[in-house]
Amino acid sequence: MTAPNHSWRKFKNVFMQALALVCALLVVAPLVLVFYHLIKEGFSAINWAFFTQLPKPVGEPGGGMGNAIVGTFVVLAQAALLGVPVGVLGGVFLSEFGGSKLNWAIRFAADILNGVPSITWGIVVYALMVVPMKGFSALAGGVVLGMMMIPLVMRTTEEVLQLVPGGYREAALALGIAKWKTIVQIVIRTALKGIVTGVLLALARVAGETAPLLFTALGNQHWSHKLNEPISAMPLQIFNYAISPYDDWHRQAWAGALVLLLLVLSINVGVRFLTRDRFGARNH
Amino acid sequence: MPTDSTSTLTPALTARDLAVFFGSHQVLKNVSIDIAAKAVTAIIGPSGCGKSTFLRSLNRMHELVPEARMTGDIRLFGDDIYERNVEPVIVRRRVGMVFQKSNPFPTMSIAENVTVGLRLNGLRDKKLLTERTEQSLQMAALWDEVKDRLHAPAISLSGGQQQRLCIARALAVQPEVLLMDEPASALDPLATQKIEDLIIELKKDYTIVIVTHNMQQAARVSDFTAFFYLGELVEFGPTKKIFTNPSQKRTEDYVTGRFG
Repeated sequence: MTAPNHSWRKFKNVFMQALALVCALLVVAPLVLVFYHLIKEGFSAINWAFFTQLPKPVGEPGGGMGNAIVGTFVVLAQAALLGVPVGVLGGVFLSEFGGSKLNWAIRFAADILNGVPSITWGIVVYALMVVPMKGFSALAGGVVLGMMMIPLVMRTTEEVLQLVPGGYREAALALGIAKWKTIVQIVIRTALKGIVTGVLLALARVAGETAPLLFTALGNQHWSHKLNEPISAMPLQIFNYAISPYDDWHRQAWAGALVLLLLVLSINVGVRFLTRDRFGARNH
Repeated sequence: MPTDSTSTLTPALTARDLAVFFGSHQVLKNVSIDIAAKAVTAIIGPSGCGKSTFLRSLNRMHELVPEARMTGDIRLFGDDIYERNVEPVIVRRRVGMVFQKSNPFPTMSIAENVTVGLRLNGLRDKKLLTERTEQSLQMAALWDEVKDRLHAPAISLSGGQQQRLCIARALAVQPEVLLMDEPASALDPLATQKIEDLIIELKKDYTIVIVTHNMQQAARVSDFTAFFYLGELVEFGPTKKIFTNPSQKRTEDYVTGRFG
């Protein structure tokens, strides 16, 4: 009796494993490439002035995008003011109230909205706010990013609330605690870290949006604190510099992209930290 | 220890012609029963016989199921708990409940879990809350084990301790009746025994209705036993009679382990 020949089977096994590994590496490769390029091209332009100074006119070396960095935070803060309450309460409704048909329709609408191209959002808010208000504004920028956040936050909030075991709701209701107090004090409290995670991820997602801001916040070259005037934001500044013909501005664009990526990355790392903490607490 | 007297006790809960439907599915049919005050009544029967639904109808928890409706009449010490202007929230403060799976709130400490029902119903008096914490934990036979770590997370307790904490939490709002839905079925024998001892101790002050799959447990802890089958109350009487000399053939078959 001869031993069966497994070599073909073994070869297929090794081949498929290698293929899977290559695909996994292809997923990671773009991040490495992006980081490599951003650091190579932009790191030299990152200095104190980059964070604190205004853009310099063409030909003058130095300067920074301090106004754009501040502007990004101003726009994101407004977006959060709109997107977080509406999104979280919408998610609470989907998870805790409503009939199955209505909720199916809301969920379906939210999923479609999550797939709407961002430039479409920009045009809509341009028509709804910029035209009637007769000008680009920081407010319109905040509103457009906030509107993009709503369906994102709503769906993640609903999902984490659904993860709260029904036993907690039952236990609270059986104690004679009113439903709204049960939801606020028991259900939301239990899922709070998940909700915050969803909000942060939505913020990270909209932080890099450029197209909607081109139609709303527009951008400028000076310090601006008025919400009814155009405001700069990092994606806008990067866009303007990148399409310019000047090497100096190209370097600034690279640096801006690097800082923006680091901002989004740090939000993601913060989220990782939050979720790790949650499981840590659970295993006490 | 279980007693055999029936008629001398005032009923805490009376159900008349109770029927419960989930959508078009009828889960309970024509249930009429008097549940004695300050005694333990066990509800037994095979899975799907409607015993949990019956228990939940006693504090209107079955209403959480969409499309649930009931007909008939349930009175708690004479008060119609299904009257139009009676809020389920008020009924549930008078009729507490402990579930099969212990469910202390994971975001709260041991002490916070005990007082949550009081705090979320507006009680702010710190001294009273502290008093009620100790009192409830004493009653749930948990005080000695946790008195030095009241502010530790509730989920740091063992399974049996968590279930006693849930009992303490239910007792803290001072209900008149305590419903228990298989409170020991997820626990090991030692923890089960502690819960059973506790049930016998608690009936001095409370009316207890317990659903159990464990026939020995029903025999050990209850004064009265109700046997449910296919949504109907087949037989109800003193536990001793149900287990030794039932009048219905189906009851005898079930308690002797011939089916179910």
